[in-house]
Amino acid sequence: MQITKELVGYVAELSRIELDEAQTEKMQQELGAIVEYMDILSTLDTTETEPLSHIFAITNVMREDEVRPSADNEDIMKNLPETEDGMPVVPRTID
Amino acid sequence: MAWEVVIGLEVHVELNTKTKIFCSCTTEFGGAPNTHCCPICTGQPGTLPKLNRKVLESAVMTGIALNCDITRYNKFDRKNYFYPDLPKAYQISQLYRPFARNGRVDITTRSGKKKSIGIHEIHMEEDAGKLVHSPFGDVTYPDWNRCGVPLLEIVSEPDFRSAEEVIAYLEKLKSTLQYLGVSDCKMEEGSMRADVNLSVREVGAPEFGTRTEMKNINSFKSIERAIAFESQRQIDCLEFGEEIVQETRRWDENRGKTYSMRSKENAQDYRYFPEPDIPPISISEEMIRTLTEAQPEMAEAKKARYMKDYGMSEKNAGILTGNKHFAQIFEETIALGADVTETTNWLMGHTLYLMGEKGVEADDLSIQPTVFAKFEDLIVSGRLNRTMGKEVFEKVFEGDPDFDVEGYIKENNLEAISDDSQVGAVVKEVLDAYMDLVADYKAGDEKLYGFFIGQCMMKLKGKASPALVNRLVKEEIERR
Amino acid sequence: MEYREICEMTALQLGQAIREKKTTSTEAVSAVLAAIEEKEPQTHAYITICREEAFAKASEVDAALAAGDEGLLASPLAGVPIAIKDNICTKDIKTSCASKILGDFAPFYDATVIEKLEKAGAVMIGKTNMDEFAMGSTTETSAYGPTLNPWDAGRVPGGSSGGSAAAVGARAAVCALGSDTGGSIRQPAAYCGVTGFKPTYGTVSRYGLIAYASSLDQIGPIAKDVKDCAALMDIISGHDEMDGTSLPQEMQPAGYLNAMNGKITGMRIGIPKEAVEKGLEPDVKKAILDMGRTLQNLGAEVEEISLPFLDYVIPTYYIIAAAEASSNLSRFDGVRYGFRAEGYEDLTEMYSKTRSQGFGEEVKKRILLGTFVLSSGYYDAYYKKALQVKAIIKQEFDKIFSRFDAILLPAAPSTAPKLGESLADSLKMYLSDIFTVSVNIAGLPGLSVPSGFDREGMPVGTQIIGPALGDVNVLNIGYAFQQATDWHKASPSACAAAAEKEVR
Repeated sequence: MQITKELVGYVAELSRIELDEAQTEKMQQELGAIVEYMDILSTLDTTETEPLSHIFAITNVMREDEVRPSADNEDIMKNLPETEDGMPVVPRTID
Repeated sequence: MAWEVVIGLEVHVELNTKTKIFCSCTTEFGGAPNTHCCPICTGQPGTLPKLNRKVLESAVMTGIALNCDITRYNKFDRKNYFYPDLPKAYQISQLYRPFARNGRVDITTRSGKKKSIGIHEIHMEEDAGKLVHSPFGDVTYPDWNRCGVPLLEIVSEPDFRSAEEVIAYLEKLKSTLQYLGVSDCKMEEGSMRADVNLSVREVGAPEFGTRTEMKNINSFKSIERAIAFESQRQIDCLEFGEEIVQETRRWDENRGKTYSMRSKENAQDYRYFPEPDIPPISISEEMIRTLTEAQPEMAEAKKARYMKDYGMSEKNAGILTGNKHFAQIFEETIALGADVTETTNWLMGHTLYLMGEKGVEADDLSIQPTVFAKFEDLIVSGRLNRTMGKEVFEKVFEGDPDFDVEGYIKENNLEAISDDSQVGAVVKEVLDAYMDLVADYKAGDEKLYGFFIGQCMMKLKGKASPALVNRLVKEEIERR
Repeated sequence: MEYREICEMTALQLGQAIREKKTTSTEAVSAVLAAIEEKEPQTHAYITICREEAFAKASEVDAALAAGDEGLLASPLAGVPIAIKDNICTKDIKTSCASKILGDFAPFYDATVIEKLEKAGAVMIGKTNMDEFAMGSTTETSAYGPTLNPWDAGRVPGGSSGGSAAAVGARAAVCALGSDTGGSIRQPAAYCGVTGFKPTYGTVSRYGLIAYASSLDQIGPIAKDVKDCAALMDIISGHDEMDGTSLPQEMQPAGYLNAMNGKITGMRIGIPKEAVEKGLEPDVKKAILDMGRTLQNLGAEVEEISLPFLDYVIPTYYIIAAAEASSNLSRFDGVRYGFRAEGYEDLTEMYSKTRSQGFGEEVKKRILLGTFVLSSGYYDAYYKKALQVKAIIKQEFDKIFSRFDAILLPAAPSTAPKLGESLADSLKMYLSDIFTVSVNIAGLPGLSVPSGFDREGMPVGTQIIGPALGDVNVLNIGYAFQQATDWHKASPSACAAAAEKEVR
């Protein structure tokens, strides 16, 4: 699998990470080498193998529908870079 | 050229559990911004989700009621995207193994057409927060209170061919979910929201046309209007040889038009993958059996029972059971001993009239069965006549639980005059005044009878029972 | 007691001394703080020192012990200072993940393990340095600068729990907690000459551990010997309501410390031939073979086995870990925690500027890699494929553990590399994780114990790996080994003192 500059740009945009020209090139090289190495997996025949997402066969871990107190608004706001009247502040979204 | 409209729906319904889907915060509506939140639903680092058992039960119940195949082994997936109403920057949803698939909803449209709409799948997911925009500047304030409220997304097949079918389906969904008791399904409060996927094609064309998506339209009426507008827009485009762009369009209620939304997402690639923090869900035969047995009486069964047990007409039974709350008022009222026919008549007659007059939806009816039953008692016993009753019923309709019907009619001097001598005196007085007309009547001018009754009622200010007046007028004329 | 004396004790010895009133928790805290003051300039193992909080907790424990508090008197580590990796949430104390993006983030909640330690009377002394978001094998990707190996300041301590391992190795911590996603406890423990244990996935709650790769992460102890690890496991393990992946209590191993009897007669232990053949440094190879011999002498049956899937573990691991990381780290977007970049025009720019400036190079690389393997068109070839290979690796391990109680693997192909050497070639750095990652992929318990020194005097570590939930057995094999050897007793200061004596 060839990692192109365009592909690096695409995943960077999806990841909300800015890369300048030089960084893009560096990432292209490094990711290229890693992905090339990863392609060794394609030599394994896995047509009969179900993907395994959770390692142990534990199922149905649930809690009861009982209300517990929520956190204080001050705690929720505590680590935020910018707040106003108990609400976070972010650049205007387009709706 | 003849065109056919093809519509598919994605309906989001909020489940009415007490707590959120993955944490123990309340789902109660309102509250000051960011006060129904905890480390988990605000995505604080290191926190982990844990599924609410009630959410799964409500979900599976819905799947069964919508005739779906229940996925025995299902999982949650993460849907990744950045937006300030989504604190974790991923929404926990179900893509690869939704809990229900291949369902069916049978509908009857207003014009009586019957049709079966396919359900592609239903999945569980968490709601996002609300974004409040500053009226002054260029900032937005996220309110995360709704983050993590449980949702079902019910995805239909593209089986609709008209707005009428869409509305019939939505009404059926709403009724079904309300009867199950899993959701309030109130569009205006956002607990039921529909995304409409719409395309047009030439009649008989094998392929679907390019579709547009209209998101979060918040009333049945708007959905009808939006479908009408968007269908015509697409047909106009095609007839002018333009291409339809696959996009999300916003419905502007005030202008009655849809608008292309400037693409806010840079690229749509949600990178779904299995949620590692939540072990898979295994649904046993036994759970399905238990939930099937726990299913309450649904609209159709109730309708059949009303017809059979109460001898109700299909039309009346249909309307009464068409809304769970409406049926509930009926059942609770007759449970208090009220007469079935009397109750039915008041609900089908003056209640529907007032609902139309005042624009009240069945969900929001506040008639109190205790007050209603007492009111009917006064009517049946003759202490309140029907003409006066209609006026008094408006108070019953208003729904004050402390409304004292009896006290009210006494206070306002509305009680029926049931005293023979009192009415008899008035009758005498009237007939004495019109002796010549009484003679004409006796000579065969039968039309005059109604005049006598009317004159008596006028003098009695409508408070006497028409039956009593009728009897006494008849007796008095005979005597002369 | 002299502070060096306290700092050379194991956690269990110190706990006993406190209970027997030979010293106090307050004195122990003073001793560790003195050691930190002495060693920090060379090792830089800590990000935050909790001086006041530690003294407050210590005096509380001292008072409770003096008052005869039965719970604490029965708690082997009551009053013992402990260092905590800085990706474990501690209420009102800065938790940075060694990343600029978290700024001065101080959670308003404790991780479950912190609550448990608190209850057991342990005293948190500080938060230790690590690779940023636990992504790295050297602790050089920390935004707070690298930690240095206590045995040789020119070398890395390993990673990502390099701060915890170096602090214990330098005797600037009595014991510590780390986290292990692909070897992050075991490899730095080996490089720093200490004992580190990665438990079975689901035995220790992850609630409050800032996630790197959720399906692989596990908190575990780093200590001077196996018994200390077992004592810490007694405290931190157990079912937790707050973690959906926490194993039910009835499945959980228990009574770790009590089970340490050193009896391994008849146990079947495998040594994979691939592991011995695969480009190992000679001293690392010698250490694993010597360990096999030692265990055989102790009554175990040691055999050569095969790990046919070893070539596939690195790609599988990095695909899964990067994918989950790309999602887990999306929440660091400038809205909620710590750092937000300046000079943005709109929301998208606020996100991307914050994330570009807030994350370091290695983290960005893994986010991009993870985004790639999940993106449309590549999911099946990479992410789904990795989950299929994961299934195969699990099956192969199941087969091995149907015949063996444990297997041995090196903790790393070499001893600690020189500073700066690893980051130059990230693929090469990833490849050095070859012996540790499969344990995480399969959710198994893995213990790294000191098992020798190389010709340059750097410690070597070897892993004992068992089947899922075989944690007690794995620790007991390690305990037997430490009963028979002295590698774990060596410390840089003790060795320096010994060398000085020899010169005289």
